[in-house]
Amino acid sequence: MRGEEQEKQWALLMRAGNAGDGDSYRRLLLLLTPVLRANARRGLASAGMADTDAEDVVQETLLAIHLKRQSWDEEAPFGPWLRAIARHKMIDALRRRGRRITLPVDDFSEILADGSAEPDMLVADVGRYLEFLPLGQRTIVQAIAIDGASIADAAARFSMTTGAVRVALHRGLSALARKFRTEEP
Amino acid sequence: MKTDDLIRALAADCATRPTSLRRAFATAMIPGLAIAVSLYLAFLGPRPHLLWLLAEPRFAFKVCLSLLLAALSARLVMRLIKPGAESRRAALLLAIVPALLAAGIAVELLSVPIGLWSQKLIGTNALHCLKSIPMLGLAPLAAILLSLRQGAPEHPAIAGAAAGLLAGAIGAALYATHCPDDSPLFVAVWYTLAITFVTTIGAVVGRRLLRW
Repeated sequence: MRGEEQEKQWALLMRAGNAGDGDSYRRLLLLLTPVLRANARRGLASAGMADTDAEDVVQETLLAIHLKRQSWDEEAPFGPWLRAIARHKMIDALRRRGRRITLPVDDFSEILADGSAEPDMLVADVGRYLEFLPLGQRTIVQAIAIDGASIADAAARFSMTTGAVRVALHRGLSALARKFRTEEP
Repeated sequence: MKTDDLIRALAADCATRPTSLRRAFATAMIPGLAIAVSLYLAFLGPRPHLLWLLAEPRFAFKVCLSLLLAALSARLVMRLIKPGAESRRAALLLAIVPALLAAGIAVELLSVPIGLWSQKLIGTNALHCLKSIPMLGLAPLAAILLSLRQGAPEHPAIAGAAAGLLAGAIGAALYATHCPDDSPLFVAVWYTLAITFVTTIGAVVGRRLLRW
């Protein structure tokens, strides 16, 4: 699947996600990841930097896509929105690494092929910021992300209401995104 | 943390719906405007015979121009906080305001004898205008900037400037109903200076506050 058709599928999944369909939303993020990874590798390479921390950029971009998803109009095309976010995060990452760079505007569909595999060893990723989170948020994020617990599982395990788990998760994710922005890698 | 783990957490958070940008903006405007109007009523107040004055072309012109600027900059702000959204046209449309102002000045220069030009330009209390418009615009500016944090401006300083322009225009529209100087010459100099000041504050604060 290429180009326009692919973006239409993304938009479809995103709309489903906005309507509360977590599975579609997860599928969307999984589909976007290799595209973002290839984009990150290319961005770092064109700035003359090792692509070892591409995954860092990928995860930061995924967080931004998630936390800023209300800035996509459901009637608007999905591709330009995604590209703008990826580009913004790429520039941000390069700037933090001490570069000022102008990126070429790439068509994602051309670079899909080489970004499918996640490296086994992560040099840098969102996990290193977990320790900065307040204990409650950290516990919830870890339980759901790493142990694979559902909201209901986590609520039962920590004797919390599902509402409290949701709040802790959301605050934890927002705090991770903030950490990315303010800390040096 | 593996990327797949992160995605699992993001998907679990999917049910927590963020507020729509439009609603965040509208909700923030209520206290912002309420504070501005309270300050206006407490320190400035409307000119006598306000409604009757609407038939006075110079008065109507300055009020309508401020409102037009507010509407156009609000439109621009909403576009600037959406990544990938087309904002150039909304930005170019702003040029209508200085164009109309230039036309107003031309008419004023033709209808007022040359000896009175400088008097019209300097007005009765220019300093009051320079202080009041930012004073009235400040609460709306704070409210707008805070609500824009929900958005994702590709250029935080520009989005902040547009927010400042909107807040300045709101301050100007309120102040216009108080100020006795109606000449487009006065508006062109002093309103512009005051709005530029608010716009600059918006850009400076936005640059930091609107990063994401």
